[in-house]
Amino acid sequence: MAHAANNPMSEEDILIKEQGYDDHFHDHHHGDKYQSNFITTYVFSQDHKIIARQFLITGMIWAIIGGLMSLVFRLQLGFPEENMAWLKPILGRWITLNEAGLGSIAPEFYYAMVTMHGTIIVFFVLTAGLSGTFSNLLIPLQVGARDMASPFLNMLSYWFFFLAGVVMFISLFLSTGPFSGGWTAYPPLSALPQASTGSGAGMTLWLISLVLFVVSVLLGGINYVTTVLNLRTKGMTMWRMPLTIWAFFVTAILGILSFPVLASGFFLLVFDRGLGTSFFLNEIYIGGQALDHVGGSPVLYQHLFWFLGHPEVYIIILPAMGLVSEVLSVHARKPIFGYKAMVYSILAIAFLSFIVWAHHMFMSGVNPFISNFFVVFTLIIAVPSAVKVFNWIATLYGGNVRFTAASLFAIGFVSMFISGGLTGIFLGNSAIDIQLHDTYFVVAHFHIVMGIAAFFGMFAGVYQWFPKMFGRFMNESLGRIHFWGTLVGAYAIFWPMHYLGMAGVPRRYYKFDVFESFGQFATMNKFITIAAIFVFALQVLFVINFFYSIWKGKKMTTKNPWGASTLEWTTPINTGHGNWEGNIPTVHRWPYDYGKDGKEFISQIQPLSEGEKDGGDH
Amino acid sequence: MTALLTILCIALIAIIAIQIGKVTELASKIRGEEDMQEIVNRRSANYSLVFMIIFLIACIISAGYYKNYMLGYGPHESASAHGKTLDSLFNTTLFFTGIVFFITQIALFYYAFKYRGVRGRKPLYLPHDNKLEIIWTAIPAVVMTFLVVGGLDAWNEVMADIAPDEDHIEIEGTGYQFAWHLRYPGPDGKLGTRNFKLINGTNPLGQDWTDEKNLDDLHPSEVVLPVNKKVRVRITARDVLHNFYLPHFRVKMDAVPGMPTYFIFTPTKTTEEYRQELSNYPEYQVPDPNDPEKMLWETFNYELACAELCGTGHYSMRRLVRIVSEEEYKAWLGQQQSYFLSSIRGTEDDPYKNELLDIEVKQRKLEFSDALQKAIDATDTKEKVLRLNYVYFEPGAAKLTELSRYELDNLAESLNKYPNMTIEVGGHTDNTGDAAQNLTLSSERARAVKDYLVGKGIAAARLQAVGYGQNQPADTNDTEAGREKNRRTEFKILTQ
Repeated sequence: MAHAANNPMSEEDILIKEQGYDDHFHDHHHGDKYQSNFITTYVFSQDHKIIARQFLITGMIWAIIGGLMSLVFRLQLGFPEENMAWLKPILGRWITLNEAGLGSIAPEFYYAMVTMHGTIIVFFVLTAGLSGTFSNLLIPLQVGARDMASPFLNMLSYWFFFLAGVVMFISLFLSTGPFSGGWTAYPPLSALPQASTGSGAGMTLWLISLVLFVVSVLLGGINYVTTVLNLRTKGMTMWRMPLTIWAFFVTAILGILSFPVLASGFFLLVFDRGLGTSFFLNEIYIGGQALDHVGGSPVLYQHLFWFLGHPEVYIIILPAMGLVSEVLSVHARKPIFGYKAMVYSILAIAFLSFIVWAHHMFMSGVNPFISNFFVVFTLIIAVPSAVKVFNWIATLYGGNVRFTAASLFAIGFVSMFISGGLTGIFLGNSAIDIQLHDTYFVVAHFHIVMGIAAFFGMFAGVYQWFPKMFGRFMNESLGRIHFWGTLVGAYAIFWPMHYLGMAGVPRRYYKFDVFESFGQFATMNKFITIAAIFVFALQVLFVINFFYSIWKGKKMTTKNPWGASTLEWTTPINTGHGNWEGNIPTVHRWPYDYGKDGKEFISQIQPLSEGEKDGGDH
Repeated sequence: MTALLTILCIALIAIIAIQIGKVTELASKIRGEEDMQEIVNRRSANYSLVFMIIFLIACIISAGYYKNYMLGYGPHESASAHGKTLDSLFNTTLFFTGIVFFITQIALFYYAFKYRGVRGRKPLYLPHDNKLEIIWTAIPAVVMTFLVVGGLDAWNEVMADIAPDEDHIEIEGTGYQFAWHLRYPGPDGKLGTRNFKLINGTNPLGQDWTDEKNLDDLHPSEVVLPVNKKVRVRITARDVLHNFYLPHFRVKMDAVPGMPTYFIFTPTKTTEEYRQELSNYPEYQVPDPNDPEKMLWETFNYELACAELCGTGHYSMRRLVRIVSEEEYKAWLGQQQSYFLSSIRGTEDDPYKNELLDIEVKQRKLEFSDALQKAIDATDTKEKVLRLNYVYFEPGAAKLTELSRYELDNLAESLNKYPNMTIEVGGHTDNTGDAAQNLTLSSERARAVKDYLVGKGIAAARLQAVGYGQNQPADTNDTEAGREKNRRTEFKILTQ
């Protein structure tokens, strides 16, 4: 800290010193008793910035595992006749050899990989890895807080996530295999070990892991909401918050409201599995015997699951939207277009996300009359989503776009969100869903709109805030190669799946040659698999770039390398515990004053000049 | 070896990547960061434009390449009545979303290209425009309303259950790990009740045999349906969730244990008609890879699949679906045997072991009158002899079994119908036991039959009772099957 004091003070430092708010932070924390040794600094840290990095790196590890799993099942789909014996040293008995020594992937394992891929990517990567990382990093920094409202609960949030990961990881090595009944875990398949080997111990661990995960989300979420509501610095009104914060704030609320419902569904499932209750089970004859369970309904589980499941896709995509809005605005050197419209559309999407869940269940036997409501609300969501897309495009219009890896990924996000969002209009219309439900059309839709798009948002965030996290830059050239390759590759993987879906090919098929109707796409499946391998290789490049840059990347020499107006770039380059060394900055304007009055950007801490109207007031 | 090569390749890529990274960093040091950024901006802007053009062209070309899988187009036309509505909804949606897709993708990448960063250029300060916001809120809202109304209209029509007096066929599909079990109602047109507790190896659906409606139900191995007739599929599951999926008919509905669901559709094209239509497309005028003798269109079949993950065999739940003409359907239906009569009748599970079912009484009556008519029409005296198939006696005695009366009633009825007919009732035995005793027994049995008929009001003068003992075997006495045939009661038409 001493070295920073020796540097001449910049204009911003002076502003913070003069205008800032003295909360006597450093009077209390002499010697920083919370971060005195390696363990408290890097392992059981209560500093939101360290916790953010923990979420990010854990998420990356899970992304690699989840990605590798997708390669395993893509190999089966693309090359079903190929000899897979070479995988035997790694996958062991999950590769079965025939008399001729030809190895093939066991169907149980195929389904386990499909299931784990979904679970891991949805929960561990795109929920914890995305929202966990950036909510933690950016909420205190961008609202002008020293840390989260409860750093201790925040730390617990990470460690519950970590524990959830450990339990899930252990389940991969069970002799009966991990859970294999799909990431949605519909009973009775998930409730009865007789129905599938993975529904035994694998499912037990899956449930334990995800209950721990729910705890993590709730601890994190309550912190994010409290911090945003209570710890905003002086002058940071709600309407002066960057869209990132709006997105994280609303995401946290969605999580708090919906994850407990998922947990309740899981608990009932646990009871059905272990205590002989029949919440989800009714009139089942399996394994040569009629079960005693009567009176329940498997459809009830689907209601509970999708009551989380649908908000969950917005829990995934809203943070990405927030990051993209911020990155696009900063690099277009222009205010985000229609700031308030963006906030209102976030709120509208969040509200609607709670009343559309049954659009996942049009074909599940619910009363068709009920579906009418869900069709209406689902298609209404297209309106705020469209508004956001138009606003992003309008943000680019008339800009002076600086192409960086971050801004490229933000543009890629918009492209993906358009492509994947539009196919949602087909699926949300129940009549069309009759044919498309549970086909590859759905796979294409959600991978593009909430898989690839959310990843793009995350990449944009990582490239953008890497300097804030590690004091160094990631390599831009590699970042751009990463972007263009992934953009092309991701479309190559998922675009053809629309045609598969239109042809009626169902998802979650181990192979297609049993049916005349689905068997004629061998070439396309091969192509998709090759594209998937290519895209995975590019992500390896990202990982290399990431870790290489932590230690060897170009050093950050100025506090605000992107010329951004938000508060996180007013902190010291090596941001310590407490974020600002002296006073907390106070805020005088909205966060998007780019290109105003001939200035490239005006920081939020800059007071309004005489007679100047705050740009956000409209 | 392959693994080693792969690892080497990855390592090589990593090294190259790091080198590229270093080189560009060096370049930016030499040229200055701002210069470098401008070069990058120009390059990336160009890539954006190129990507946009290639991407959009690829979309169009791929759609052309896969045109045969476009819903509603040529070879992928729906084979059901409601399917055509769904396909046209799909295409309406495709039209509107297609327009939005092209406009927004072009705007996105074109603006990125056009407004690439140039040093010194002042970007527009354009924070908002409420008029624009209202326009682009209103337009999607209007389009959505249009799509919602069309969609819901179709949805409610497709999902409506059968009206009370509507003419239709009801069939049932039950999913289990990992196949579909099909059930058709028999001549009564009604499916019988089921109870999952009754399921066992011989009763796969848990049909309650005390429910008469079950007795004529059929369990065919493929779905056969007449064209242009409304079908209500009752969909159930035995163990876990399944989904009854007929891709060509745009039919899909979950099968839920304990909660029967349904789907109603009308097939509009027979399998043969669909094949004929396919034969118009060059893509189908090639030999079938699985059966090179035939063209691809000739081997086309409708299929039933599962579309809800149900375990490791999920991908293999195929059943053949055949749509045929009304006549072919009737003929096929006629060949099917009631599952109860073919597999349950007479076994331990049969609750009617000791009684004759109405359906059997009717069937035997029909059988009897057919045989009698044949005998009456015949000229050869040998063919005037009819065996009373269902007349039995208590072992070693001349007492008629309880169930014999049905057949004898048929005979009595016929004698009433033909008042001039006289017959000789003949008793026969096999060669086991004492010949003289057999002769006596057979005489007594013939007399018992005569007595029964007299009791039914037939004049005794029209009936002669003769015992033949073991002297006129109908078959060999060396096998049990032969002896069985020899133990019999016959009657001969003497006058008619």
